[in-house]
Amino acid sequence: MENVMQTSETVSNKKSELISFISEKHEKGYYNAALMSILHKAQEIYGYISEEAIDTISTKMEIPSARIWGIVTFYHYFTLIPRGKYIISVCLGTACYVKGSKRVLNKLKEILGTELNETTSDGLFTIEAKYCLGCCGLAPVMMINGKVYEKLTTKKIAAIIHGLRAESDLDFAAAVN
Amino acid sequence: MSDTIKINVNNKDYDVESGQTIMQALDKIGFHLPRLCYHPKLSVEGACRICIVEVEGNANYVTSCTAKVAEGMKVKTNTSDLRKARRDLLELILDNHPIDCNTCERDSNCELQKVSRSIGIKKRHFSGEKKLYDIDLSSPSITRDPNKCILCGRCVRLCAEIQGVNAINFAGRGFNSVVMTAYNNPISSSVCINCGQCINVCPTAALSEKYYTVELFRELSSDKKLKIVQVAPAVRAAIGEAFGFPAGTNFEKQTVAALRKLGFDLVFDTQFSADLTIMEEGYEFLERFTTGRDLPMITSCSPAWIKYAEQFHPEILPNISTCKSPMSMQSSVLKTYYAQKRGIDPKDILSVAIMPCTAKKYEADREELSLDGVKLTDIVVTTREIAWMIKSAGIDLAKTEGEEFDNLFGFSSGAATIFGVTGGVMEAALRTAYEVYMGESIIDLEFAALRGFEGIKEAKVMLGDKEVRVAVAHGLGNANIVIDMMKKDPNRFHFIEIMSCPGGCINGGGQPYAGSEYVALDEELLKKRASVLYALDRAKTIRRSHENPEIQRIYKEFFERPLGPKSHKILHTHYKQKYPTGVYKK
Repeated sequence: MENVMQTSETVSNKKSELISFISEKHEKGYYNAALMSILHKAQEIYGYISEEAIDTISTKMEIPSARIWGIVTFYHYFTLIPRGKYIISVCLGTACYVKGSKRVLNKLKEILGTELNETTSDGLFTIEAKYCLGCCGLAPVMMINGKVYEKLTTKKIAAIIHGLRAESDLDFAAAVN
Repeated sequence: MSDTIKINVNNKDYDVESGQTIMQALDKIGFHLPRLCYHPKLSVEGACRICIVEVEGNANYVTSCTAKVAEGMKVKTNTSDLRKARRDLLELILDNHPIDCNTCERDSNCELQKVSRSIGIKKRHFSGEKKLYDIDLSSPSITRDPNKCILCGRCVRLCAEIQGVNAINFAGRGFNSVVMTAYNNPISSSVCINCGQCINVCPTAALSEKYYTVELFRELSSDKKLKIVQVAPAVRAAIGEAFGFPAGTNFEKQTVAALRKLGFDLVFDTQFSADLTIMEEGYEFLERFTTGRDLPMITSCSPAWIKYAEQFHPEILPNISTCKSPMSMQSSVLKTYYAQKRGIDPKDILSVAIMPCTAKKYEADREELSLDGVKLTDIVVTTREIAWMIKSAGIDLAKTEGEEFDNLFGFSSGAATIFGVTGGVMEAALRTAYEVYMGESIIDLEFAALRGFEGIKEAKVMLGDKEVRVAVAHGLGNANIVIDMMKKDPNRFHFIEIMSCPGGCINGGGQPYAGSEYVALDEELLKKRASVLYALDRAKTIRRSHENPEIQRIYKEFFERPLGPKSHKILHTHYKQKYPTGVYKK
């Protein structure tokens, strides 16, 4: 719902944030050379590289959109699919794998009804795989928006997701009021 | 300043100029290395790696298109290791290619096929995954088949460097790389201007025109409609090449005869309506010149240029002549004046145009160019398509006795003939404008300053004590420069001619492939084609549009006068700004 409920105001906020970032770069004397960092910024702002982002960059920087499209599709880092509010990185590194991270992943897929590298239809969750998050002592682990959840069990996972959904509802209610 | 240096090629010393690449040096001393991504008119990419050579002291093979010659360089071009490496490289390209040569439209005219043969690929050593992409048939002009693409990038560089359109680029990486438009949208909704120059430089059939041959054969075998065809000036200058005749052979009369053999009832000449265009455009220019309104005036014959202007320079649309192109004028006249004269319903006329141009297919579909809801040009086929149709119908062009165009719209002045080459429209317009304005004949009809293949040509013509400053640009990269000049100083020019294709229509996107003797965009080839049109002009006694008796008759019987109310409805149009993907409202 989150994505659908975005008002035109928030959309234009994102666009104006991107435009001011581009102008900042231009003021510092960086033009085409700044394209990569501007694309990174766009992904940070939108959560993915949207058509609006490419349109905006193309118009402001006078770079043909076909060329920007080429760059965006070349680098794995850039994603063209909208990503969720919560990015769940499941560790599939050796230690976690041995400790059953495959089951963690399957449980997540089951609860969220989505596949790896895909986003739930409500726009809340995206599951992705990581290969060692560097905390093998806590295996199996997953990381959600930078926060590590340790020694996971299927029960724990269900509780975490439930908690995040509730948190998101509260955020939304706060935004509306 | 370049010095002469010594290089050693295959154990023999040669003196070559410094500063050039190994490939350029080898070309001059008579070693033609196989190549795919290299094109002399485009930047160097070094992507296909087929042109590798062995250079002593280098651990790896060197791509001769990128490496420069150096004093004392020892080059080997044909060792057995090198041949093996080249063969492997090409095999890896072929491995992803459909290799459906016997059903491919470029069979026998395909650069990939020629290079494979020259490298001597017999036994296949690899086999693997093939590409499986949908063919983009969305555009009325250009078809894109990514499965046949070998990713040489010529089309990408051409679109950016020569035309300045940037409709396509590489997307994805590795095996998944595809040449595509922004967002992988269909070509029809992209900024593509349908010029078709990408087709001419493509080494395979990954890009081609949209074929209307099946449809046309079907129409030709039916007797329901009166089948009328018109032939553009540039077609006669190049069609012979498709039949193996040397470039620069005139095939005007044989083409007319072959079209009758194909089943057309009437064969008219687009040059007639080129004369008509000059009448309208010449008078329009004089009107603007004397009133000073919407100057400079820019020509409107090139449909790819019109789309380019609508997308990228919408503010200059009022400067573009309101005249339809000769093709559309001819079709308009057929479905109004001619239908009336013969007492038939315009819907019973099949109006076909043979054009050197892929963008004319798009033009024929434009709503602005229909009249009271009737599509004016029903089918447009390119020179390549009609050459194939003639062959396919078993017509031997060499044994075909030449015939004349049909009366009424078959006579043309020399001015109309040169419409097909850059500078020609301007020259033709000036011939008529001068006489109309001055009331006396111009003595030297040939404007040397407007001829030749320089990207931008400027000239001054005196109309009595008034100076007319004109500019001619061909290739949209050059057009862009002229438009920028014009925007900076609106008084710099009075009249600008723009043709989208480098060299003009003779090098249109639908002309026969350059073949083995030339490469696409080769100026030597263009000169040969242009010489046909210039010779035809010189051989005519009537070389000014307004002296064409058929033109005088149509004004007497139908249009009354240039720019009159009837011609305004039938021969003129207006364009507006377009926003395809990649052009955004600011």
